[in-house]
This record gives sequence, C-alpha cells and structure tokens, in this order.
Amino acid sequence: MRYLPNTAQNQRAMLETIGAGSIEDLLVRIPAKARLGRPLALPPALAESELVRHMRTLAARNADADSHVCFLGAGAYDHYVPSPINHMVLRGEFFTAYTPYQPEASQGTLRTIYEYQTMIAELTGMDVANASIYDGASSLAEAALMAHSITGRAEIALAGGVNPLYRRVVETYVDGPGLKLREVPSPEGVLDLDAARRVVGGKTAALVVQSPNFYGCLEDVAAAAELAHAAGALLVVASDPVNLGVLEAPGRQGADIVVGEGQGLGVPLGFGGPYLGVFAAKNEFVRRMPGRLVGATVDLDAARGFALTLQTREQHIRRAKATSNICTNVALCALMATIYLSTLGKQGLVSVGELSTAKAHYAAERLSAVPGVSLRFAQPFFKEFTLKLPKPPDRVAARLARQHILAGLPLRSYDRKLSDCLLVAVTERRTKDEIDAFADALTKAVV
Amino acid sequence: MANVPADLRYTREHEWAKQEGSRVRVGITAFAQEQLGDVVFVELPKVGAKVRAHQTFGVVESVKAVSDLFAPVSGEVVEANAALAGKPETVNQDPYGGGWMLVVGPSDVKEWDALLTAAQYEQFIAEGGH
Repeated sequence: MRYLPNTAQNQRAMLETIGAGSIEDLLVRIPAKARLGRPLALPPALAESELVRHMRTLAARNADADSHVCFLGAGAYDHYVPSPINHMVLRGEFFTAYTPYQPEASQGTLRTIYEYQTMIAELTGMDVANASIYDGASSLAEAALMAHSITGRAEIALAGGVNPLYRRVVETYVDGPGLKLREVPSPEGVLDLDAARRVVGGKTAALVVQSPNFYGCLEDVAAAAELAHAAGALLVVASDPVNLGVLEAPGRQGADIVVGEGQGLGVPLGFGGPYLGVFAAKNEFVRRMPGRLVGATVDLDAARGFALTLQTREQHIRRAKATSNICTNVALCALMATIYLSTLGKQGLVSVGELSTAKAHYAAERLSAVPGVSLRFAQPFFKEFTLKLPKPPDRVAARLARQHILAGLPLRSYDRKLSDCLLVAVTERRTKDEIDAFADALTKAVV
Repeated sequence: MANVPADLRYTREHEWAKQEGSRVRVGITAFAQEQLGDVVFVELPKVGAKVRAHQTFGVVESVKAVSDLFAPVSGEVVEANAALAGKPETVNQDPYGGGWMLVVGPSDVKEWDALLTAAQYEQFIAEGGH
C-alpha cells in the first residue's frame, strides 16, 4: 500500500488552494451544539516500529489456530494451507479482491477463474460453476432466490441440519421477495423424511439440505432429491468441497444446485472472512445463475482466450428485473482455492479427506469414552460430530481454552435443545498426541 | 420497408399474431428482429403457462439489447418453440415462419379485434414504431 504523508506543509498548501485559513474554518457551518467542543481523546501518535509492536501485542490476545490446538469448525475449518498459496496470491498480477473491471484485458485472472470453475464443477458433479460468491451463507441464499425464479414457487424448505447462521442469511435475503421459509425438523440429527414429505409440496421451490450438516451428520442426499423432485421442487445441497475428494458429489446424487463454503480450500481462517462462496448448477439453469461466468473462446487469430461469457445481465440493463444483485466475485479467495486444488492434486485431496475423517473417528472414540461424555447422534459423520457433555459446554470450552485447546463450539446459543452439546471438528492437521491431550483435558474438565 | 404480411395482426410492441383455427400463433415481426440485430437467446414460458394480453411472456436477447416479449392475446400456452433454444438466429432468418415463439389457446376472442391490422402496423412503424 502507498504511504501518503499529511504534513503541516501539505495541509497549508491544500488550505491555500481552496482559500481557507485553517481546518477550523472548514467546520464553521456545523452548529456549535453538534460539535464535540474538545479534542478527541487519542493517545499520541506512535512511530512505525512502536505501532507494529503495539498491534502485535493486541493480535497476540487472540486465540487462533496457530496459538491453540483447534477443534473448532461449524463452517470454517483448520485445514492446512500449503505454502505456494501465499507465494502466488501476493504476486502483483493477482493481488486484487475483485474480478477486473475490464476483464478481457486480464487474461491471466480470467484463466485462473476458468480453472476454478472447472474444478468446482468436477468436484460437485455439476455442469457449470460460477466465478464464486461472497461465502457459503450468501451462496445458499442466492440458491433460494434462484430456485424461486426457476420454479415460480414461493416456499423454501430448509432441513433442520442447515447451519443456523446460513439460515439467518437466507431469512434476510428472502424477506424482500416475500418467500416463506419452512423448517423440516431433524430430531435425530438428519432430515426426517416423513416430516419432509409433509412440508415439501406444490408450493415448494426447493428443499435445502446440508451434508455433512451443521451437526456433522451425513444426510441421505439421494433420498432428499427423490422427495423434492416428486413434488416438482429443486434440491439445493450445501456441501464443503474439501470433503468431496472422498464423499460422493452431490451432483451425482440428484442435486439441482450445489453451494458451499470453500474456505477449507486453502483460504486462511479469519474473523469474518473473506471466505469463498461456491455455487454450481445444472446447465439448464445457467441463465438463472447469479454472479459471473468465465468461458474459453478463440480470438481473431484462432488463439485460445478467455472472456466473461455470462454475467447477470441486469447489472448493466433492466435492473428492475434483476434476479440477483451479485455483480462480482471473491477472485482472490477463488485463486487460493485454484492453487490449493492444483497443489494437492487428485490424490492429495483424497488424502486430506481420508486423514480428516480417520482422525475425527479416532477423536470421537476417545472423547466419547470420557466418563459422562457421549455422541449425541447415532448417525454416520465425516470430520465433525456432536458431543453431549455432563457439564455446561461453554464452561468446559473456556477451561480448555486456558490450556490452549479450542475444544469446539458450544451449541447452546444455536439450538436450545442442544444446550448440553459441543460441536467438535477434526482436520488432517490434528495429531494423535493433540487428540489424546484433548481427551485427557476433557476428562479432567468434566469430573 | 419491412415485410408486414397482410394476413397477420400486430401489437405496438412488435409481436405478430396469426389465427390458426381456434388458436393463435405468436412471434416477433421482421421490423423487430431488424431493430434488435442478431438474436442470441430467447426465453419462453412452458406449455400450460397462462399469458395475458399486453403482459410480458418472455425475453428476447440480442447482441444489442434485452427486450421483453408481450402477449397479443390472453390464454394458455399450448406450444412453445423449443427449437429456438438451440437456434435463436431463426428469429432473424425467418421471423414469420420457423422463428415463431408460442401457440396460445385464447381465453377472450374479443382481444383479437383490438390488435393492429397490417395496414395499421405499417403506418405505426412508418411513424417510427414507438
């Protein structure tokens, strides 16, 4: 970033140019009672070296996945970020957050987005993937709007296992167009198919399931697809793409739209992102797909090139008819995912999935053997599971955090019925020693 | 001067309507496709959908513009031209033939009489067509 000085001399020159005597002169029109009447209570300015030390001290107060052993998941996971990612994304040619405004002049950027789309389409088993959306939650909300636009129906049925934070974003998005959300209960940790049959009907635009779901359980996606399609509704599946090296692609189980949080694909954990919204659909729905799509083409000399093949046309014209207001993508995070998948390759991604699920199952076995602790749901899971604790989970988690273990997410504030539960995630980064230490610490914490 | 067949009726939004027994076939006029330029995409309603006179029933997108399509008469869609999905350029090449868009089972026969005659439409486009 450029450093822009603002010296007393600079200020004088600017004031002279506009014919003002002082900065105070610029503010005379503001009524005195609306003014603060004293200087802001700010500490004196620091030298750069002092400021860096100050900021590092503040940052060190955060508990993060480097300072602590992380078993927190619930949508963002501590998967390893291979070193080529930082090396590549910091290059000046790539280091921008957005799709370029004159896209065809940036063939390199378009090429990486094209490769990203191709890999996401292959992973999800769908015909076409867009250049990405903000995050998993906004992808899911856009999928709900898209299902409404395709079917002309006004109800969205959400499985109880959908991430509650995603559900809140969907609520916000569908409020304007007046869609109705209906929740299908999942008392046993997965979609109750009989309950779903009662909710999904002639008014349903889409049935939404997440697999593995918020509680870590694997849903029967094929059965959900059959149920939705029998009612003339679409099936929207939220899925973590890192898992798809091992788990069956939702597209091959009948999904019409696949969305997901792509953070695990090489995007570092951050407080609030930026993350990566994955969005893929069947080809027949491509005209209703939000965002933008990069395609391969040939130029006048028959050389291969890349172009923005499709973008929600209402961005430029007919805005009153907009089906989505997504006009950009998270290009830098999509680039991280592209480099991640290229670096790992087919075998590497399978290994990440196999190691994560093997370690998660070892952890589940160890932790549920702790006296008083049990697995809350008797369902197949992948890399995350829900534990029932004999002591309040928020207190247990706070105690373990002091031992530099992020034990997981207490579910109390997400689901009152699960106020005695802790959601635990295990990635390939966790070692046997770390899992054993977690089990020992948990044993002491719940006595 | 654009081709305006005498046996058809027209709208001010540049659709044509042709009576075929009890049904009405619908498309856009030669004048409309000339104004639009190369058509690249046509979005039509499904068979069984209801359309209403003077209301939009679909979208035609050309290299220059995106325009709504307006129904000349109200009724139920009994046929939609699926061939346009793969060959939208037919709208340019043969607007009154292969470039047809819908066949409607009209619900109100009186609406037909309110449509422009060929002579009225010719005059309308001679005045600029707006």
